[in-house]
Amino acid sequence: MRAIVTVIGPDNKGIIAKVCGLLADRDVNIIDISQTVMKEFFTMTMLVDTSDATDSFGMIAEALKAKGEEMGLSIRIQNEDIFNAMHKI
Amino acid sequence: MLNHNDIMQTIDMIDHQHLDIRTVTMGISLRDCAHSDAKICAQKIYDKIAKSAEKLVPTGEAIEQELGIPIVNKRIAVTPIAIAAEACETEDFVPFAIAMEKAAATCGVNFIGGFSALVHKGFTSGDRRLICAIPEALASTNVVCSSVNVATTKAGINMDAVAQMGRVIKETAALTADNGGMGCAKLVVFANAVEDNPFMAGAFHGIGEPELVINVGVSGPGVVHHALKQVKGEPFDVVADTIKKTAFRVTRMGQLVAQEASKRLGVPFGVVDLSLAPTPAIGDSVARILEEMGLEVCGTHGTTAALAMLNDAVKKGGVMASSHVGGLSGAFIPVSEDEGMIAAASSGVLTLDKLEAMTCVCSVGLDMIAVPGDTSAETISAIIADEAAIGVVNTKTTAVRIIPAPNKKVGDMVEFGGLLGSAPVMPVHPESAADFIARGGRIPAPMHSLKN
Repeated sequence: MRAIVTVIGPDNKGIIAKVCGLLADRDVNIIDISQTVMKEFFTMTMLVDTSDATDSFGMIAEALKAKGEEMGLSIRIQNEDIFNAMHKI
Repeated sequence: MLNHNDIMQTIDMIDHQHLDIRTVTMGISLRDCAHSDAKICAQKIYDKIAKSAEKLVPTGEAIEQELGIPIVNKRIAVTPIAIAAEACETEDFVPFAIAMEKAAATCGVNFIGGFSALVHKGFTSGDRRLICAIPEALASTNVVCSSVNVATTKAGINMDAVAQMGRVIKETAALTADNGGMGCAKLVVFANAVEDNPFMAGAFHGIGEPELVINVGVSGPGVVHHALKQVKGEPFDVVADTIKKTAFRVTRMGQLVAQEASKRLGVPFGVVDLSLAPTPAIGDSVARILEEMGLEVCGTHGTTAALAMLNDAVKKGGVMASSHVGGLSGAFIPVSEDEGMIAAASSGVLTLDKLEAMTCVCSVGLDMIAVPGDTSAETISAIIADEAAIGVVNTKTTAVRIIPAPNKKVGDMVEFGGLLGSAPVMPVHPESAADFIARGGRIPAPMHSLKN
């Protein structure tokens, strides 16, 4: 499944490294990354592929959420379909 | 790849603008549950619902997690019990409501609709027994919803049913007096009821529906409100376009959820109901959208025009986003469930008469309105008759969900809690309509040419 990971919160060192590490540990492939910092507010979106993932989607979502809470960020993963539905005809 | 800003916009809608799927409702036919023995019939009703909707809640939760969008309610609508239980040799229809309640608990849904009868042209024996059982059924259950259709554009208005429903509402309020007349919040009197409405309390599984069906109701007043804040002072062409674009996005999401639920449950997809359904939460109000258009308080002059435009634009935007649109599809104006409506009604600006005018141009009707506990059954019937007339003449669905709050007076508040919110008790006209209601009979169907 192709999914979108979003990371939102105050900017800090090593955010991308930690999120990428978590995903790599679970064999989630990163296809694309986009990130910006606005007024010290960090936002990142990643397109990932969970087809070969070693964990279930729910477990990955939980792990990302927990990692986010640890770093003071909101991190979530959602099926790409919801964004395609809303923004593409 | 998707645009970074588009993704962030969606996240913002979910986190800060109350974007959600309001309900995934499974319609279940109970037409094969008929039996002359009431106990066997009730057991068949329980079994059919419990088996058919076994996976509804876990499937809804799985979709919720995967798509990252809240699905607030998972619900069930069944064939009107007046039809399903008609063959039973019993006068007491309350056990069928109990069977529905038990099945709902087994499935984990928070409401089940269909303790209903369709009597727009007259009563069958099952209809009579069901309507007599409504007060006790609603008092002895928590999640069972009831509805009665008393009028259609093709049949006119059954004024005997209108008169009876006034009494049924009063009796229901009396039996649930300890909860502020809560039973009435689960009872809807319809004109032109639709067969595929996923929203409570008026949902039932119509007789033209398949064995099982999935209908989805979307929401999004907060999203529309937020979008309109970006076009302050612009002409209505811009306002309408902004609402259309927003409604399109919200409905596409509803369509996606409906398709996923249908696929995973192996149940046909019915419709997406394009509705702006408010909640009592701040920032999720239809009234505040109308005020954003330039009205000082919802209910002042201009409110009907604003609502008409909103309702129309929501439909226009939503229609292209879904393969099948149905249900009630329009802006809801339930007073107790809308923070802005509560404020407007409490301040006295939003009156019953203005609400009635508003129901001419939106979905659905006088919804979740508390009136003084000493309001007579005839006055309630007259309110239903007015609302039914609006629906019948304008070929639209209208409804009345009114709570004559026991021991409450104008200005008091009635607390229902949760999504049902709290309602300020609104004044009714004190002049009697008793002789009008006592006439009974049927108001003939209106003609549909020579329109003026």
